[in-house]
Amino acid sequence: MQDHTKSQKVTGSEALLLSLIAANVDTIFGYPGGAIMPLYDKLLNFSNRLRHILTRHEQGAIHAAQGYARSTGKTGVCFATSGPGATNLITGIADAMADSTPVVCFTAQVGSMLLGTDAFQETDVVGVSMPITKWNYQITNPNEIPAIIAKAFYIASNGRPGPVLIDITKDALIKDCDYSYTPCNYIRSYVPSPAIKEEKVKWAADIINAAKKPMIVFGQGVILGHAEKELLEFVEKSGIPCASTMLGLSAMPNNHPLYKGMVGMHGNVGPNRMSNQCDLLIAIGMRFDDRVTGDVARYAKQAKIIHLEIDKAEINKIVKVDVWVRGDVKESLPMITKLINKGDHSDMEPFFAECEAEEMRRVINPLLNPKEGKITMGEVIDTLNKVSAEQAIVVTDVGQQQMISARYARFQNSRSFLSSGGLGTMGFGLPAAVGAQIGCPNRKVVAILGDGGFQMTMQELGTIIQEKLPVKVIIMNNSYLGNVRQWQELFFNHRYSSVAMNSNPDFVRLASAYNIDAEMVNKREDLKSAIERMYNSESAYILEVQLEEEGNVFPIVPLGKATDEMLYGDENK
Amino acid sequence: MNEEYTITIFSENSIGLLNRISINFTKRKLNIDSLIVSESAIPGVFKFIIVVCCPQNTVEILVKQLEKQIDVIRAFYLKKEDILYQELALYKLATESLLESNEMETIIRQHNARILEITKEHIIIEKTGHKSETQELFEKLKPYEVKQFVRTGRVAITRPDIELLSEYLKGLEQEHRK
Repeated sequence: MQDHTKSQKVTGSEALLLSLIAANVDTIFGYPGGAIMPLYDKLLNFSNRLRHILTRHEQGAIHAAQGYARSTGKTGVCFATSGPGATNLITGIADAMADSTPVVCFTAQVGSMLLGTDAFQETDVVGVSMPITKWNYQITNPNEIPAIIAKAFYIASNGRPGPVLIDITKDALIKDCDYSYTPCNYIRSYVPSPAIKEEKVKWAADIINAAKKPMIVFGQGVILGHAEKELLEFVEKSGIPCASTMLGLSAMPNNHPLYKGMVGMHGNVGPNRMSNQCDLLIAIGMRFDDRVTGDVARYAKQAKIIHLEIDKAEINKIVKVDVWVRGDVKESLPMITKLINKGDHSDMEPFFAECEAEEMRRVINPLLNPKEGKITMGEVIDTLNKVSAEQAIVVTDVGQQQMISARYARFQNSRSFLSSGGLGTMGFGLPAAVGAQIGCPNRKVVAILGDGGFQMTMQELGTIIQEKLPVKVIIMNNSYLGNVRQWQELFFNHRYSSVAMNSNPDFVRLASAYNIDAEMVNKREDLKSAIERMYNSESAYILEVQLEEEGNVFPIVPLGKATDEMLYGDENK
Repeated sequence: MNEEYTITIFSENSIGLLNRISINFTKRKLNIDSLIVSESAIPGVFKFIIVVCCPQNTVEILVKQLEKQIDVIRAFYLKKEDILYQELALYKLATESLLESNEMETIIRQHNARILEITKEHIIIEKTGHKSETQELFEKLKPYEVKQFVRTGRVAITRPDIELLSEYLKGLEQEHRK
């Protein structure tokens, strides 16, 4: 074992790698280049302790690090060189910022003597990444490396997690320094999760006890805070029906009797309507995104609102709340659970049952059990649920397949739905699935991608094959940028502008060029067996499903409408 | 409705923090009316004073987003009535133009300004006050050809007693040691 506390002379690169090991990192996603070469050289000496995944693009590296972090709860790490290497990380960093994903990115920089001279592959990545990082820092003195790395991991993973970028000049990677590592557990200017105020907890509990028609909306804060059990205990004692935001999906098993589905633009009818009928809305680890609230001026106006949230800046940002309990939900939830009475809100059940029946009749049944026509997106997810027994990690891209997955994929385990929520990054899916499969080698990872999103980062098939990852890929091919097309159909008078993907490649032949097993299915009767072959395959597998071209996702809360003003798609039929 | 707010920020002394802070204004398309940064009474802790015009709900969210920045220790916003504030202005005029005037003594007296330096070529006058006051003096001096005029941002001190930063930091340290 390396003694990380005793000072020793090493190069900056070695100090960086030793610090990563000391911070319990064992996996890095990255891509080499000029300025970062000294680090990659030393990396060879650490290959037994640090697994480096060579992606095919830096965007792939950061999304893989995100998929790794979100599926495991650990902090994702990536390496990129200066200039274009660093700027290729930017989309993923912005995505990690929007979705509170703990990642630490290391970018090499030109030598410190060249800083500010417009040197070859010099980009001010600290400046560029400032608005989209939780923290960033440039190292020019290798002696700073261990302390800065300790701080970087502390910041990325504590409080509301987020991306941290550390830029290191090439000379700092080469020069000798003193190495000793002490983990960081305190920064005076940053209080990640403050002590929870008991009077707020008491106040919240009193309101909960008095509520006649309460509803819970939980978000990713539950997953990030590892508070799934605490949520369940609160829900079961209070008897309050609950719904998830998109990023909160899988924090609670779908089959729980008090789980009523998802809220938001493509959410379920019951919870969306109940948002505007309940007398109390308990928001747990969520941030009232505009895709959740619809027209915020008409969101939950009738209700008292309690907000359990770790990030002070999210409290009263979008929706004014009556009581907030600031802190880690893992701590605040049990405190509230202790103070509330055992509740029973079964009188709300008929409302949800009625909404569910309506949604079933108007949307779900026609989608999942069509009598004729081509395969629908919903059928694919529904079949996958059956084949996977709801055990898979579902990683989506962005668009219709994402919304259909969010609506229909079912989960029994937390951290099973990985999707780019806040930023809506097309191209996220495939590399995120790579990261999830590396982080969770014993779980089945299924990437659900559109034909558009797949082609944004399909180069990562190379990573899948190089690392022999058994990632399963379903390409939902409707030969359109489906979500944009749907909006053009519904909200732009059916004027289709630049959404046809009518020169898609032959995806099966593309897969075979990578030596990845693949097949295409376009008949309903073949779908289940094709998904079974894919799911049960021991290696990577690509299943292209040729779908109805103009399938839509319903219900939808159109922009500017309230959550109870959904369209169901059958209005003009 | 837009109102004038004075935002005070206590921070660590770190490179790039000014950029990180100003981004929070840029992303809301808020113009900074004045900004000063200098070391506070606590060594190593820097204080920003920023004047901005915006609605109250914007400034409330803005200071929370500022305080959220890792290197920011605390951030507050204050209304005009809660602070006592000053700005400092310097004016450079040609000595010659003043020698021919009889009004100069009156102007300097009336405006509580003072003369910092006189050479054969120029005279430098200093005045502290609110922006309107330093501006008024500038207007008065204009006929005498002001060669240079500079004004600082706002320094402000709070009227109500708020928790001292030193006490806050002490509390944090104690909490951490537990």
